[in-house]
Amino acid sequence: MERLRSIDEFGSLQSRLKAARDPKTRTIVIPAGTCGQASGANDLIRVTKRELLERGLTDEVHLRITGCHGFCEAEPSVLVEPRGTFYPKVDVNKMIRIVCAVAEDTVHEDLLFVDRATGKPIEKQGDIPFFKGQTRTLLARNERIDPIRIFNYIENDGYSALVKALTSGDPMSVVAEVKGSGLRGRGGAGFPTGLKWELLARQRSANGKHLVCNADEGDPGAYMDRSILEGNPHSIIEGMLVGGYATGANEGVVYVRAEYPLAIKHLRIALRQCHDLGILGEDILGTGFSFDIKLVRGAGAFVCGEETALIRSIEGRMGEPRQRPPFPVEKGIDGHPTIINNVETWANVPVIMTGGAREFAKVGTNGNTGTKIFSLVGKIKNTGLVEVPMGITIDKIVNDIGGGPSGKSHVKAVQTGGPSGGCIPAERFDLPIDYDSLTEAGSIMGSGGMIVMDEATCMVDVAKYFMNFLEDESCGKCFTCRKGIQRMHEILEDISQGKGTTEQLDLLEELATVVKDTTMCGLGQTASNPVLSTLQYFRDEYVQHLAEKRCPAGVCKELITYCINENCTGCTLCSKTCPEGAISGSKKERHVIDTVRCSRCGACITVCKFDGIEVA
Amino acid sequence: MITLTVNGLEVAMEEGTTVLEAARFLGFPIPTLCHMDGLSPYGACRLCVVEIGEGPKAKLVSSCTYPVQEGQKVRTASSRVVRARKIILELLLASCPQSKVIQDLASAHDVRQQRFRQEHEDCILCGLCVRMCEQQMMAKAIGFRGRGKTRSIGTPFDIKSEECRLCGGCIYVCPACQLRCTYTEPDKAICGGCANLSPPCVEKEPFDDMMCYMTPCVACEIEKH
Repeated sequence: MERLRSIDEFGSLQSRLKAARDPKTRTIVIPAGTCGQASGANDLIRVTKRELLERGLTDEVHLRITGCHGFCEAEPSVLVEPRGTFYPKVDVNKMIRIVCAVAEDTVHEDLLFVDRATGKPIEKQGDIPFFKGQTRTLLARNERIDPIRIFNYIENDGYSALVKALTSGDPMSVVAEVKGSGLRGRGGAGFPTGLKWELLARQRSANGKHLVCNADEGDPGAYMDRSILEGNPHSIIEGMLVGGYATGANEGVVYVRAEYPLAIKHLRIALRQCHDLGILGEDILGTGFSFDIKLVRGAGAFVCGEETALIRSIEGRMGEPRQRPPFPVEKGIDGHPTIINNVETWANVPVIMTGGAREFAKVGTNGNTGTKIFSLVGKIKNTGLVEVPMGITIDKIVNDIGGGPSGKSHVKAVQTGGPSGGCIPAERFDLPIDYDSLTEAGSIMGSGGMIVMDEATCMVDVAKYFMNFLEDESCGKCFTCRKGIQRMHEILEDISQGKGTTEQLDLLEELATVVKDTTMCGLGQTASNPVLSTLQYFRDEYVQHLAEKRCPAGVCKELITYCINENCTGCTLCSKTCPEGAISGSKKERHVIDTVRCSRCGACITVCKFDGIEVA
Repeated sequence: MITLTVNGLEVAMEEGTTVLEAARFLGFPIPTLCHMDGLSPYGACRLCVVEIGEGPKAKLVSSCTYPVQEGQKVRTASSRVVRARKIILELLLASCPQSKVIQDLASAHDVRQQRFRQEHEDCILCGLCVRMCEQQMMAKAIGFRGRGKTRSIGTPFDIKSEECRLCGGCIYVCPACQLRCTYTEPDKAICGGCANLSPPCVEKEPFDDMMCYMTPCVACEIEKH
């Protein structure tokens, strides 16, 4: 790879790459992010390579290995360009048939995605309801780009935003562009990015300024940052380069959690390629602008996603938040001005620069512009990453894109924003998803986790789960956060075991409010949200646990009993499975559960084929 | 100078002073536990919370770490503050009821009940000992480790620290563990100072350079017996 010495050289490289590309070439696209690989994408890649070589198709049919496309439910999936054919849940044998079909430019109808509503197969990816409802600005780029090939990125208008910024000659105009787009921080708090940049640009610092990409994504059930890091690492590098030029910073740090090995690998490759090509380092593209990015791996503390804790972690100290002010933009890494933006925020910067602020602001609502990626998980048919314009209703995401509940029971609530967020009940699904509405409803946008819950989810149990998570993940500095969460967990444990009292419920509410009020950092201030929001919307369930000693969802073990109903055929499977030996009965006769010995593990329900076991 | 109002009284403070200093300058009492003159503010116990700002933007901040800002409006005893303080003291009493310091604070703030499950912990992780060791004794023998519910204070790898001069400063400042962290129960000791039981003033040369805070002094006690 030869170093590019000027913007003209970059321009000619880009046009050469674009000219060499034939959009009509048939390409098999296999998403192989961590999720894809886990479900078998590596085997598909191996088989496809072998088939293409054996059949001598390497010139006609191309293979592109990309990051995650977002439709987890259908993994491992295959996309065929330029037709746009989508094959879900492909295995090795299906893959061989798909390669043959692509070679002949035909489609295997029986392998296509089948629409649940009509029962008819859908060929094109864009027609599938899951994709149809989305506005895929960032995720669509994951489909087009092989993350370990920088030329592939450049060919798809990559680094054009950087060139546009560098040729503008005026850093403040770049800041104004980002400000004009109305982009707000995608990490959760929603601070206007342009304003943040402006504050940094105004700072005078003899020792340099820093930019940080916060890739310490730790919310349970959230993985949109990982998919961008794995699928399109160059977009983050480009965003940071633009940010560096705009704010006068010349050092960047990507703080990525060590649990994302593939993301780290792809980032390392991308950084090396940028260095080799002269896009990163000293005198970028001969313009005199210098910017370098280093990679720091987080050691696994959830609290290090909080910006001041993250800075301390980068400095090599214990990840512990500190008092703001002074804000990082005044005193950040080693005391130098620093700004921290989330992965998705940085990935949006090239989109704004190439498309223009006005174009960006057209998507979404006033004050909440652009798209946001949510990871839709839980009791829903189509789990996966969905990218939607801001301001869309929860109902649209859950019922249209998500396809409704996965089981028979109704969706009861969605939990947004991870452990810092809250639960929004089904009655409020007409709520538009934007920073302000969600905060008003007692939850937060957060980084974009969205967990769907149905009637088999106990809200006390949900609150207990998050308290258990935070009990370990609070840094422990603030007494009220450390001890307050432990005490909330203790009370919730009592309630779920049927030992709770009404006084305890009041105490729980009082304590939750005080924890929210008196802690220092974002983690503590939002730690009570799971408790407060479930209390606000599902107080009935708490009261049922207390007064009737009953768990309506059938989750809290101490409050439920298992019994066998008339559906039982006497197959004896359950009695053989029961680890406690609590089920008795002779063959072909209805069995009985000894409720004293029963440990309510649920093993019998899992094995019973006749719906013969009831939980009450 | 920065002008702010504390409970309606205007006061001008030097830049860089904290809200706690401003309030104390005016004579408003704010209870503290993890704060000590001569040690850097830490903000762990949250007892010193005050309310700043107005309307929906009003929030509670720890006054020991929050810097004074121009036009700031501080309330040191609003109902929100008082309620928070009471719950914090209740939590403290629930964890560490044997501490005289905590008992006195609870009594002074009219905390008459303790509704949580009673525990008997030796440490509230206020960090006074860690800061004392680092900032006044220049030793850095002890520090925090772990996070969340497993956070604790100790020496690296739980072995007696080479840095520890057995000065006893950590014991002197501790609001919770005065009772247990003496030589009487060496196996439960934090810093290892008392565990060693070798009289510090005799062992270390020259003794004149050292400050000894150990009360009762290990060496003197041993000599007595």
